[in-house]
Amino acid sequence: MTANLSVEVNNLQYSYPDGHQALHGVNLQIKKGERVALLGPNGAGKTTLVMHLNGILEATDGEVKVSGLLVDSQDKEGIKKTRQRVGIVFQDPDDQLFMPTVFEDVAFGPTNMGFDPQLIEERSIHALKMVDMLEFKDRAPHHLSFGQRRRVAVATVLAMEPEILILDEPSSNLDPASRRELSEILLSLDVTILMVTHDLPYAYEICERSLILNKGKIVADSNTPQILRDSNLLAANRLELPKGFSI
Amino acid sequence: MRGENSSTNLREENSRDRSHGHSHGHSVGERLYIHRHSRIHDLPGHIKIISFFAFIVVVVLTPIRQWESFIGYFAIVFTVIYFSRLPIWTLAKRATIEFPFLIFALLMPFTAGGETFEVGPIALSREGAIAGLNLITKATLGVACSMILAGSTTAHSILAGFVRIKTPSLFVQIASFMIRYLNVINDQMTRMKVAREARGFEAKGIRSWPIFTSTLGALFIRSYERGERVHLAMLSRGYQGTLSSLSVENSTRKDWLLGSTFPLAAIVMFLLGNFLGAS
Repeated sequence: MTANLSVEVNNLQYSYPDGHQALHGVNLQIKKGERVALLGPNGAGKTTLVMHLNGILEATDGEVKVSGLLVDSQDKEGIKKTRQRVGIVFQDPDDQLFMPTVFEDVAFGPTNMGFDPQLIEERSIHALKMVDMLEFKDRAPHHLSFGQRRRVAVATVLAMEPEILILDEPSSNLDPASRRELSEILLSLDVTILMVTHDLPYAYEICERSLILNKGKIVADSNTPQILRDSNLLAANRLELPKGFSI
Repeated sequence: MRGENSSTNLREENSRDRSHGHSHGHSVGERLYIHRHSRIHDLPGHIKIISFFAFIVVVVLTPIRQWESFIGYFAIVFTVIYFSRLPIWTLAKRATIEFPFLIFALLMPFTAGGETFEVGPIALSREGAIAGLNLITKATLGVACSMILAGSTTAHSILAGFVRIKTPSLFVQIASFMIRYLNVINDQMTRMKVAREARGFEAKGIRSWPIFTSTLGALFIRSYERGERVHLAMLSRGYQGTLSSLSVENSTRKDWLLGSTFPLAAIVMFLLGNFLGAS
Protein backbone atom coordinates (compact mmCIF):
# COMPACT_ATOMS: atom_id res chain seq x y z
CA MET A 1 0.00 0.00 0.00
CA THR A 2 2.64 2.51 1.09
CA ALA A 3 4.79 1.70 -1.94
CA ASN A 4 1.98 2.97 -4.10
CA LEU A 5 1.73 6.35 -2.44
CA SER A 6 3.27 9.49 -3.87
CA VAL A 7 2.39 11.71 -0.95
CA GLU A 8 1.39 10.85 2.57
CA VAL A 9 0.63 13.55 5.11
CA ASN A 10 -0.15 12.56 8.70
CA ASN A 11 -1.58 14.96 11.25
CA LEU A 12 0.41 17.88 9.88
CA GLN A 13 0.30 20.97 12.06
CA TYR A 14 2.04 24.23 11.40
CA SER A 15 2.23 27.56 13.20
CA TYR A 16 3.92 30.59 11.75
CA PRO A 17 6.70 32.18 13.84
CA ASP A 18 4.21 34.88 14.91
CA GLY A 19 2.10 32.15 16.54
CA HIS A 20 -0.68 32.08 13.97
CA GLN A 21 -1.61 28.45 13.35
CA ALA A 22 -2.15 27.76 9.65
CA LEU A 23 -2.54 23.97 9.59
CA HIS A 24 -4.55 22.09 12.18
CA GLY A 25 -3.79 18.42 11.61
CA VAL A 26 -3.93 17.71 7.89
CA ASN A 27 -4.22 14.10 6.73
CA LEU A 28 -4.07 13.11 3.10
CA GLN A 29 -2.78 10.45 0.76
CA ILE A 30 -2.15 10.75 -2.94
CA LYS A 31 -1.48 7.65 -5.04
CA LYS A 32 1.09 7.53 -7.82
CA GLY A 33 -0.32 8.90 -11.07
CA GLU A 34 -3.36 10.52 -9.47
CA ARG A 35 -4.37 14.04 -10.43
CA VAL A 36 -5.74 15.86 -7.41
CA ALA A 37 -7.12 19.38 -7.05
CA LEU A 38 -6.60 21.20 -3.77
CA LEU A 39 -9.47 23.64 -3.39
CA GLY A 40 -10.26 26.15 -0.68
CA PRO A 41 -10.88 29.83 0.02
CA ASN A 42 -8.14 32.43 0.33
CA GLY A 43 -6.14 31.98 3.49
CA ALA A 44 -7.18 28.34 3.95
CA GLY A 45 -3.53 27.23 4.19
CA LYS A 46 -3.20 25.72 0.71
CA THR A 47 0.14 27.29 -0.08
CA THR A 48 1.39 26.58 3.43
CA LEU A 49 0.53 22.92 2.94
CA VAL A 50 2.34 22.83 -0.41
CA MET A 51 5.47 24.34 1.14
CA HIS A 52 5.65 21.35 3.47
CA LEU A 53 5.67 18.83 0.67
CA ASN A 54 9.24 19.68 -0.35
CA GLY A 55 10.48 20.70 3.06
CA ILE A 56 10.61 24.46 2.62
CA LEU A 57 8.53 24.84 5.73
CA GLU A 58 9.18 22.58 8.67
CA ALA A 59 6.21 20.90 10.31
CA THR A 60 5.46 22.00 13.86
CA ASP A 61 3.96 18.57 14.41
CA GLY A 62 3.10 15.54 12.28
CA GLU A 63 4.91 14.16 9.26
CA VAL A 64 5.09 14.32 5.48
CA LYS A 65 6.28 11.43 3.34
CA VAL A 66 7.05 11.60 -0.35
CA SER A 67 7.35 8.21 -2.08
CA GLY A 68 7.69 6.67 1.36
CA LEU A 69 10.63 8.93 2.29
CA LEU A 70 10.18 11.18 5.30
CA VAL A 71 10.56 14.89 4.43
CA ASP A 72 12.95 16.32 6.98
CA SER A 73 14.40 19.77 6.34
CA GLN A 74 17.31 19.01 8.68
CA ASP A 75 18.50 16.10 6.52
CA LYS A 76 20.49 17.84 3.76
CA GLU A 77 20.91 14.82 1.48
CA GLY A 78 17.34 13.63 1.95
CA ILE A 79 15.91 17.06 1.19
CA LYS A 80 17.85 17.20 -2.05
CA LYS A 81 16.19 13.96 -3.15
CA THR A 82 12.79 15.21 -2.04
CA ARG A 83 13.13 18.44 -3.99
CA GLN A 84 13.92 16.47 -7.10
CA ARG A 85 10.83 14.31 -6.59
CA VAL A 86 8.49 17.18 -5.77
CA GLY A 87 8.35 19.90 -8.41
CA ILE A 88 6.51 23.09 -7.50
CA VAL A 89 5.33 25.54 -10.14
CA PHE A 90 4.76 28.82 -8.33
CA GLN A 91 1.96 31.21 -9.10
CA ASP A 92 4.01 34.10 -10.47
CA PRO A 93 6.34 32.94 -13.26
CA ASP A 94 8.54 35.99 -12.60
CA ASP A 95 9.38 34.45 -9.24
CA GLN A 96 10.31 31.19 -10.84
CA LEU A 97 12.27 32.41 -13.85
CA PHE A 98 15.36 34.22 -12.68
CA MET A 99 18.12 33.20 -15.09
CA PRO A 100 19.07 35.38 -18.09
CA THR A 101 17.74 32.95 -20.69
CA VAL A 102 14.95 30.38 -20.83
CA PHE A 103 17.34 27.50 -21.44
CA GLU A 104 19.59 28.37 -18.51
CA ASP A 105 16.57 28.58 -16.29
CA VAL A 106 15.31 25.16 -17.30
CA ALA A 107 18.83 23.78 -16.82
CA PHE A 108 19.07 25.26 -13.32
CA GLY A 109 17.32 22.36 -11.57
CA PRO A 110 19.13 19.50 -13.34
CA THR A 111 22.47 21.29 -12.78
CA ASN A 112 21.79 21.45 -9.07
CA MET A 113 21.09 17.72 -9.16
CA GLY A 114 24.68 17.30 -10.26
CA PHE A 115 24.04 15.61 -13.60
CA ASP A 116 26.66 15.68 -16.35
CA PRO A 117 26.32 18.44 -18.98
CA GLN A 118 25.00 16.17 -21.72
CA LEU A 119 22.17 14.83 -19.57
CA ILE A 120 21.37 18.35 -18.38
CA GLU A 121 21.02 19.51 -21.96
CA GLU A 122 18.95 16.48 -22.98
CA ARG A 123 16.55 16.91 -20.09
CA SER A 124 16.21 20.65 -20.57
CA ILE A 125 15.49 20.31 -24.27
CA HIS A 126 13.03 17.51 -23.62
CA ALA A 127 11.23 19.58 -20.98
CA LEU A 128 11.00 22.59 -23.29
CA LYS A 129 9.61 20.38 -26.03
CA MET A 130 6.94 19.04 -23.68
CA VAL A 131 5.60 22.56 -23.13
CA ASP A 132 6.19 23.51 -26.76
CA MET A 133 8.65 26.29 -25.92
CA LEU A 134 11.88 24.94 -27.43
CA GLU A 135 12.09 27.65 -30.08
CA PHE A 136 12.27 30.29 -27.34
CA LYS A 137 15.20 28.74 -25.52
CA ASP A 138 17.61 31.65 -26.00
CA ARG A 139 15.10 34.35 -25.14
CA ALA A 140 15.11 36.40 -21.98
CA PRO A 141 12.06 35.58 -19.81
CA HIS A 142 11.08 39.25 -19.81
CA HIS A 143 10.29 39.09 -23.50
CA LEU A 144 7.80 36.24 -23.33
CA SER A 145 4.07 36.59 -22.90
CA PHE A 146 2.59 35.64 -19.55
CA GLY A 147 1.24 32.35 -20.90
CA GLN A 148 4.63 31.49 -22.37
CA ARG A 149 6.35 32.29 -19.09
CA ARG A 150 3.92 30.02 -17.25
CA ARG A 151 4.76 27.21 -19.67
CA VAL A 152 8.48 27.76 -19.22
CA ALA A 153 7.93 27.70 -15.46
CA VAL A 154 6.32 24.28 -15.88
CA ALA A 155 9.30 23.18 -18.00
CA THR A 156 11.80 24.28 -15.33
CA VAL A 157 10.16 21.81 -13.00
CA LEU A 158 9.62 19.04 -15.58
CA ALA A 159 13.36 19.10 -16.36
CA MET A 160 13.93 17.66 -12.90
CA GLU A 161 11.65 14.75 -13.83
CA PRO A 162 9.63 14.96 -10.63
CA GLU A 163 7.32 12.19 -9.49
CA ILE A 164 4.80 14.72 -8.35
CA LEU A 165 4.06 18.03 -9.97
CA ILE A 166 2.52 20.70 -7.77
CA LEU A 167 0.98 23.73 -9.42
CA ASP A 168 -0.11 26.83 -7.54
CA GLU A 169 -3.01 28.49 -9.36
CA PRO A 170 -1.85 27.36 -12.81
CA SER A 171 -4.71 28.99 -14.70
CA SER A 172 -4.52 32.43 -13.05
CA ASN A 173 -4.01 35.37 -15.41
CA LEU A 174 -4.04 33.17 -18.52
CA ASP A 175 -6.11 34.00 -21.56
CA PRO A 176 -8.59 31.24 -22.56
CA ALA A 177 -6.33 29.78 -25.25
CA SER A 178 -3.26 29.68 -22.98
CA ARG A 179 -5.43 28.14 -20.29
CA ARG A 180 -6.54 25.37 -22.66
CA GLU A 181 -3.00 24.82 -24.00
CA LEU A 182 -1.71 24.42 -20.46
CA SER A 183 -4.42 21.90 -19.61
CA GLU A 184 -3.53 19.89 -22.73
CA ILE A 185 0.09 19.86 -21.63
CA LEU A 186 -0.81 18.81 -18.08
CA LEU A 187 -3.10 16.03 -19.29
CA SER A 188 -0.35 14.69 -21.56
CA LEU A 189 2.10 14.27 -18.66
CA ASP A 190 2.60 10.98 -16.92
CA VAL A 191 3.10 12.30 -13.39
CA THR A 192 1.18 12.69 -10.19
CA ILE A 193 -0.37 16.15 -10.10
CA LEU A 194 -1.49 18.24 -7.16
CA MET A 195 -3.12 21.42 -8.37
CA VAL A 196 -3.96 24.30 -6.03
CA THR A 197 -6.75 26.31 -7.60
CA HIS A 198 -9.88 28.41 -7.32
CA ASP A 199 -10.75 27.65 -10.91
CA LEU A 200 -13.31 24.90 -10.37
CA PRO A 201 -13.98 24.12 -14.06
CA TYR A 202 -10.22 23.71 -14.48
CA ALA A 203 -10.11 21.30 -11.56
CA TYR A 204 -13.00 19.40 -13.14
CA GLU A 205 -11.20 19.21 -16.47
CA ILE A 206 -7.85 18.00 -15.16
CA CYS A 207 -8.30 16.30 -11.81
CA GLU A 208 -10.39 13.24 -11.09
CA ARG A 209 -10.15 13.85 -7.37
CA SER A 210 -10.50 16.97 -5.26
CA LEU A 211 -9.72 17.98 -1.71
CA ILE A 212 -11.13 21.01 0.07
CA LEU A 213 -8.91 22.65 2.65
CA ASN A 214 -10.50 25.19 4.96
CA LYS A 215 -9.11 26.79 8.12
CA GLY A 216 -6.13 24.45 8.06
CA LYS A 217 -8.13 21.22 7.81
CA ILE A 218 -9.18 18.90 5.00
CA VAL A 219 -12.98 19.16 5.02
CA ALA A 220 -13.76 17.16 1.89
CA ASP A 221 -12.01 14.48 -0.15
CA SER A 222 -13.84 12.83 -2.99
CA ASN A 223 -14.05 12.58 -6.75
CA THR A 224 -14.26 15.98 -8.40
CA PRO A 225 -17.76 15.78 -9.96
CA GLN A 226 -19.26 14.71 -6.66
CA ILE A 227 -17.66 17.62 -4.80
CA LEU A 228 -18.61 20.15 -7.45
CA ARG A 229 -22.25 18.99 -7.45
CA ASP A 230 -22.56 19.51 -3.71
CA SER A 231 -23.51 23.18 -3.72
CA ASN A 232 -23.93 23.31 0.07
CA LEU A 233 -20.40 22.01 0.58
CA LEU A 234 -19.04 24.53 -1.91
CA ALA A 235 -20.95 27.41 -0.35
CA ALA A 236 -19.72 26.50 3.13
CA ASN A 237 -16.16 26.84 1.86
CA ARG A 238 -16.59 30.05 -0.14
CA LEU A 239 -16.34 28.16 -3.44
CA GLU A 240 -18.70 28.73 -6.37
CA LEU A 241 -19.03 27.38 -9.86
CA PRO A 242 -19.19 30.07 -12.54
CA LYS A 243 -22.73 31.09 -13.43
CA GLY A 244 -24.28 28.79 -16.02
CA PHE A 245 -21.74 26.04 -15.41
CA SER A 246 -23.20 22.69 -14.44
CA ILE A 247 -21.90 19.18 -14.25
CA MET B 1 8.12 13.48 -39.05
CA ARG B 2 11.56 14.70 -38.10
CA GLY B 3 11.94 16.61 -41.35
CA GLU B 4 8.56 18.20 -40.91
CA ASN B 5 9.51 19.38 -37.45
CA SER B 6 12.73 20.99 -38.49
CA SER B 7 11.07 22.81 -41.36
CA THR B 8 8.46 24.36 -39.06
CA ASN B 9 11.23 25.35 -36.68
CA LEU B 10 13.06 27.05 -39.48
CA ARG B 11 9.96 28.93 -40.51
CA GLU B 12 9.37 30.15 -37.00
CA GLU B 13 13.01 31.14 -36.73
CA ASN B 14 12.60 33.30 -39.81
CA SER B 15 9.39 34.92 -38.70
CA ARG B 16 10.94 35.66 -35.31
CA ASP B 17 13.84 37.47 -36.94
CA ARG B 18 11.45 39.52 -38.98
CA SER B 19 9.31 40.51 -36.05
CA HIS B 20 12.30 41.71 -34.03
CA GLY B 21 14.22 43.31 -36.82
CA HIS B 22 17.74 42.10 -37.18
CA SER B 23 18.41 40.61 -33.79
CA HIS B 24 18.86 36.82 -34.05
CA GLY B 25 16.81 36.68 -30.88
CA HIS B 26 19.78 37.21 -28.57
CA SER B 27 19.74 40.96 -28.12
CA VAL B 28 16.27 41.08 -26.60
CA GLY B 29 15.99 42.39 -23.08
CA GLU B 30 19.18 44.41 -23.41
CA ARG B 31 19.46 48.06 -22.48
CA LEU B 32 22.96 49.00 -23.60
CA TYR B 33 23.87 46.37 -26.15
CA ILE B 34 23.88 47.54 -29.79
CA HIS B 35 23.66 44.71 -32.26
CA ARG B 36 26.31 44.83 -35.01
CA HIS B 37 28.47 42.28 -36.79
CA SER B 38 32.09 42.85 -35.86
CA ARG B 39 35.10 40.96 -34.57
CA ILE B 40 34.79 42.98 -31.36
CA HIS B 41 31.19 41.84 -30.88
CA ASP B 42 32.19 38.25 -31.52
CA LEU B 43 34.92 38.17 -28.88
CA PRO B 44 33.93 36.13 -25.80
CA GLY B 45 32.99 38.24 -22.77
CA HIS B 46 35.86 37.20 -20.54
CA ILE B 47 38.49 38.16 -23.11
CA LYS B 48 36.92 41.56 -23.58
CA ILE B 49 36.75 42.16 -19.82
CA ILE B 50 40.41 41.23 -19.31
CA SER B 51 41.55 43.14 -22.38
CA PHE B 52 39.72 46.37 -21.50
CA PHE B 53 40.81 46.11 -17.90
CA ALA B 54 44.46 45.71 -18.90
CA PHE B 55 44.16 48.70 -21.24
CA ILE B 56 42.76 50.87 -18.45
CA VAL B 57 45.52 49.76 -16.06
CA VAL B 58 48.16 50.90 -18.57
CA VAL B 59 46.32 54.22 -19.03
CA VAL B 60 46.00 54.86 -15.31
CA LEU B 61 49.69 54.09 -14.69
CA THR B 62 50.86 56.57 -17.34
CA PRO B 63 51.91 59.91 -15.81
CA ILE B 64 49.86 62.77 -17.27
CA ARG B 65 53.00 64.76 -18.20
CA GLN B 66 53.74 62.08 -20.77
CA TRP B 67 50.99 63.59 -22.93
CA GLU B 68 52.17 62.03 -26.21
CA SER B 69 51.05 58.61 -24.94
CA PHE B 70 47.53 59.86 -24.31
CA ILE B 71 47.13 60.94 -27.91
CA GLY B 72 48.04 57.37 -28.78
CA TYR B 73 45.51 55.97 -26.31
CA PHE B 74 42.71 58.05 -27.78
CA ALA B 75 43.75 56.92 -31.25
CA ILE B 76 43.53 53.28 -30.10
CA VAL B 77 40.08 53.82 -28.60
CA PHE B 78 38.79 55.43 -31.80
CA THR B 79 40.26 52.60 -33.86
CA VAL B 80 38.44 50.06 -31.68
CA ILE B 81 35.19 52.01 -32.02
CA TYR B 82 35.69 52.08 -35.78
CA PHE B 83 36.18 48.32 -35.98
CA SER B 84 33.28 47.63 -33.60
CA ARG B 85 30.96 49.54 -35.97
CA LEU B 86 29.23 51.07 -32.97
CA PRO B 87 27.48 54.40 -33.67
CA ILE B 88 29.88 56.97 -32.25
CA TRP B 89 27.14 59.52 -31.60
CA THR B 90 25.23 57.08 -29.38
CA LEU B 91 28.41 56.27 -27.47
CA ALA B 92 29.12 60.00 -27.04
CA LYS B 93 25.63 60.58 -25.64
CA ARG B 94 26.07 57.71 -23.22
CA ALA B 95 29.47 59.03 -22.16
CA THR B 96 27.75 62.09 -20.70
CA ILE B 97 27.30 60.15 -17.45
CA GLU B 98 30.87 61.33 -16.84
CA PHE B 99 29.78 64.98 -16.45
CA PRO B 100 29.27 65.05 -12.66
CA PHE B 101 32.87 63.89 -12.24
CA LEU B 102 34.10 66.52 -14.65
CA ILE B 103 32.70 69.23 -12.38
CA PHE B 104 34.97 68.01 -9.59
CA ALA B 105 37.94 67.96 -11.91
CA LEU B 106 37.19 71.49 -13.12
CA LEU B 107 37.07 72.74 -9.55
CA MET B 108 40.53 71.40 -8.73
CA PRO B 109 42.58 74.33 -10.15
CA PHE B 110 40.58 76.68 -7.92
CA THR B 111 40.91 74.71 -4.72
CA ALA B 112 44.41 73.18 -4.79
CA GLY B 113 47.40 75.10 -3.44
CA GLY B 114 51.05 75.40 -4.50
CA GLU B 115 52.50 77.26 -7.47
CA THR B 116 49.98 79.39 -9.36
CA PHE B 117 49.55 80.76 -12.85
CA GLU B 118 47.24 83.52 -13.98
CA VAL B 119 44.37 83.38 -16.43
CA GLY B 120 43.13 86.95 -16.73
CA PRO B 121 42.37 88.19 -13.22
CA ILE B 122 42.17 84.69 -11.61
CA ALA B 123 45.12 82.89 -10.07
CA LEU B 124 44.93 79.12 -10.64
CA SER B 125 46.91 76.34 -9.02
CA ARG B 126 49.24 74.67 -11.50
CA GLU B 127 49.19 71.43 -9.52
CA GLY B 128 45.40 71.52 -9.38
CA ALA B 129 45.14 72.10 -13.12
CA ILE B 130 47.41 69.16 -13.87
CA ALA B 131 45.55 66.91 -11.41
CA GLY B 132 42.24 67.96 -12.95
CA LEU B 133 43.50 67.30 -16.46
CA ASN B 134 44.83 63.94 -15.30
CA LEU B 135 41.42 63.01 -13.89
CA ILE B 136 39.49 64.17 -16.95
CA THR B 137 41.74 62.41 -19.47
CA LYS B 138 41.90 59.09 -17.67
CA ALA B 139 38.23 59.10 -16.74
CA THR B 140 37.25 59.82 -20.34
CA LEU B 141 39.35 56.92 -21.59
CA GLY B 142 37.87 54.66 -18.92
CA VAL B 143 34.32 55.69 -19.73
CA ALA B 144 34.97 55.22 -23.46
CA CYS B 145 36.19 51.67 -22.77
CA SER B 146 33.09 50.81 -20.72
CA MET B 147 30.87 52.25 -23.44
CA ILE B 148 32.50 50.03 -26.05
CA LEU B 149 32.32 47.01 -23.77
CA ALA B 150 28.66 47.59 -22.90
CA GLY B 151 27.72 48.39 -26.48
CA SER B 152 29.39 45.38 -28.03
CA THR B 153 28.68 42.73 -25.38
CA THR B 154 25.33 41.29 -24.32
CA ALA B 155 24.60 41.39 -20.61
CA HIS B 156 24.59 37.62 -20.74
CA SER B 157 28.05 37.49 -22.29
CA ILE B 158 29.43 39.87 -19.63
CA LEU B 159 27.98 37.69 -16.87
CA ALA B 160 29.39 34.55 -18.46
CA GLY B 161 32.71 36.38 -18.74
CA PHE B 162 32.74 37.18 -15.03
CA VAL B 163 31.97 33.54 -14.24
CA ARG B 164 34.82 32.47 -16.51
CA ILE B 165 37.40 34.72 -14.85
CA LYS B 166 36.35 33.28 -11.48
CA THR B 167 34.66 36.33 -10.02
CA PRO B 168 33.13 35.33 -6.65
CA SER B 169 29.81 33.66 -7.44
CA LEU B 170 27.90 36.00 -5.14
CA PHE B 171 28.82 39.05 -7.23
CA VAL B 172 27.80 37.35 -10.44
CA GLN B 173 24.52 36.25 -8.90
CA ILE B 174 23.72 39.73 -7.64
CA ALA B 175 24.50 41.22 -11.07
CA SER B 176 22.47 38.53 -12.80
CA PHE B 177 19.42 39.14 -10.60
CA MET B 178 19.77 42.86 -11.07
CA ILE B 179 19.59 42.48 -14.84
CA ARG B 180 16.71 40.04 -14.68
CA TYR B 181 14.55 41.97 -12.23
CA LEU B 182 15.31 45.50 -13.37
CA ASN B 183 12.70 45.05 -16.07
CA VAL B 184 10.19 43.41 -13.74
CA ILE B 185 10.51 46.19 -11.15
CA ASN B 186 10.45 48.84 -13.84
CA ASP B 187 7.16 47.43 -15.16
CA GLN B 188 5.79 47.39 -11.65
CA MET B 189 6.77 51.02 -11.18
CA THR B 190 5.06 51.96 -14.44
CA ARG B 191 1.88 50.18 -13.36
CA MET B 192 1.92 52.03 -10.04
CA LYS B 193 2.40 55.32 -11.86
CA VAL B 194 -0.55 54.59 -14.15
CA ALA B 195 -2.68 53.59 -11.16
CA ARG B 196 -1.76 56.86 -9.43
CA GLU B 197 -2.64 58.93 -12.44
CA ALA B 198 -5.85 56.98 -13.04
CA ARG B 199 -7.06 58.34 -9.72
CA GLY B 200 -6.35 61.92 -10.70
CA PHE B 201 -2.87 62.37 -9.27
CA GLU B 202 -0.70 65.05 -10.85
CA ALA B 203 2.88 65.63 -9.83
CA LYS B 204 2.92 69.24 -8.64
CA GLY B 205 6.18 70.31 -7.06
CA ILE B 206 7.25 69.58 -3.54
CA ARG B 207 3.69 68.79 -2.35
CA SER B 208 3.67 65.54 -4.33
CA TRP B 209 6.94 64.28 -2.85
CA PRO B 210 5.27 62.34 -0.01
CA ILE B 211 3.31 60.42 -2.67
CA PHE B 212 6.51 59.53 -4.48
CA THR B 213 8.24 58.41 -1.31
CA SER B 214 5.35 56.16 -0.32
CA THR B 215 5.30 54.69 -3.84
CA LEU B 216 9.00 53.98 -3.49
CA GLY B 217 8.40 52.44 -0.09
CA ALA B 218 5.69 50.17 -1.47
CA LEU B 219 7.96 49.21 -4.34
CA PHE B 220 10.75 48.39 -1.92
CA ILE B 221 8.50 46.14 0.19
CA ARG B 222 7.17 44.39 -2.90
CA SER B 223 10.64 43.82 -4.28
CA TYR B 224 11.78 42.51 -0.92
CA GLU B 225 8.86 40.07 -0.82
CA ARG B 226 9.55 39.03 -4.39
CA GLY B 227 13.14 38.36 -3.37
CA GLU B 228 11.85 35.98 -0.72
CA ARG B 229 9.54 34.21 -3.19
CA VAL B 230 12.33 33.87 -5.77
CA HIS B 231 14.55 32.38 -3.10
CA LEU B 232 11.86 29.82 -2.19
CA ALA B 233 11.45 28.93 -5.87
CA MET B 234 15.22 28.49 -6.14
CA LEU B 235 15.38 26.28 -3.07
CA SER B 236 12.57 24.17 -4.51
CA ARG B 237 14.77 23.39 -7.46
CA GLY B 238 17.74 22.44 -5.34
CA TYR B 239 19.67 25.74 -5.18
CA GLN B 240 22.91 25.28 -3.26
CA GLY B 241 24.61 28.62 -3.62
CA THR B 242 25.63 28.82 -7.27
CA LEU B 243 23.98 29.60 -10.58
CA SER B 244 25.97 26.88 -12.25
CA SER B 245 23.66 26.53 -15.24
CA LEU B 246 24.84 29.91 -16.57
CA SER B 247 26.45 28.93 -19.86
CA VAL B 248 30.09 29.83 -20.40
CA GLU B 249 31.56 30.82 -23.77
CA ASN B 250 34.49 29.05 -25.37
CA SER B 251 37.44 31.00 -26.68
CA THR B 252 40.02 30.24 -29.34
CA ARG B 253 43.69 31.22 -29.54
CA LYS B 254 42.69 33.74 -32.22
CA ASP B 255 40.28 35.44 -29.80
CA TRP B 256 43.01 35.78 -27.20
CA LEU B 257 45.39 37.15 -29.81
CA LEU B 258 42.89 39.79 -30.87
CA GLY B 259 42.01 40.59 -27.26
CA SER B 260 45.64 41.11 -26.33
CA THR B 261 46.34 43.57 -29.16
CA PHE B 262 44.28 46.21 -27.34
CA PRO B 263 46.42 46.44 -24.16
CA LEU B 264 49.60 45.68 -26.14
CA ALA B 265 48.93 48.68 -28.38
CA ALA B 266 48.57 50.75 -25.20
CA ILE B 267 51.95 49.52 -23.94
CA VAL B 268 53.54 50.47 -27.26
CA MET B 269 52.04 53.96 -26.93
CA PHE B 270 53.33 54.18 -23.37
CA LEU B 271 56.89 53.32 -24.43
CA LEU B 272 56.69 55.63 -27.42
CA GLY B 273 55.53 58.52 -25.23
CA ASN B 274 58.23 57.74 -22.70
CA PHE B 275 60.88 57.77 -25.43
CA LEU B 276 59.61 61.01 -27.00
CA GLY B 277 59.40 62.70 -23.60
CA ALA B 278 62.96 61.71 -22.68
CA SER B 279 64.56 62.80 -25.93
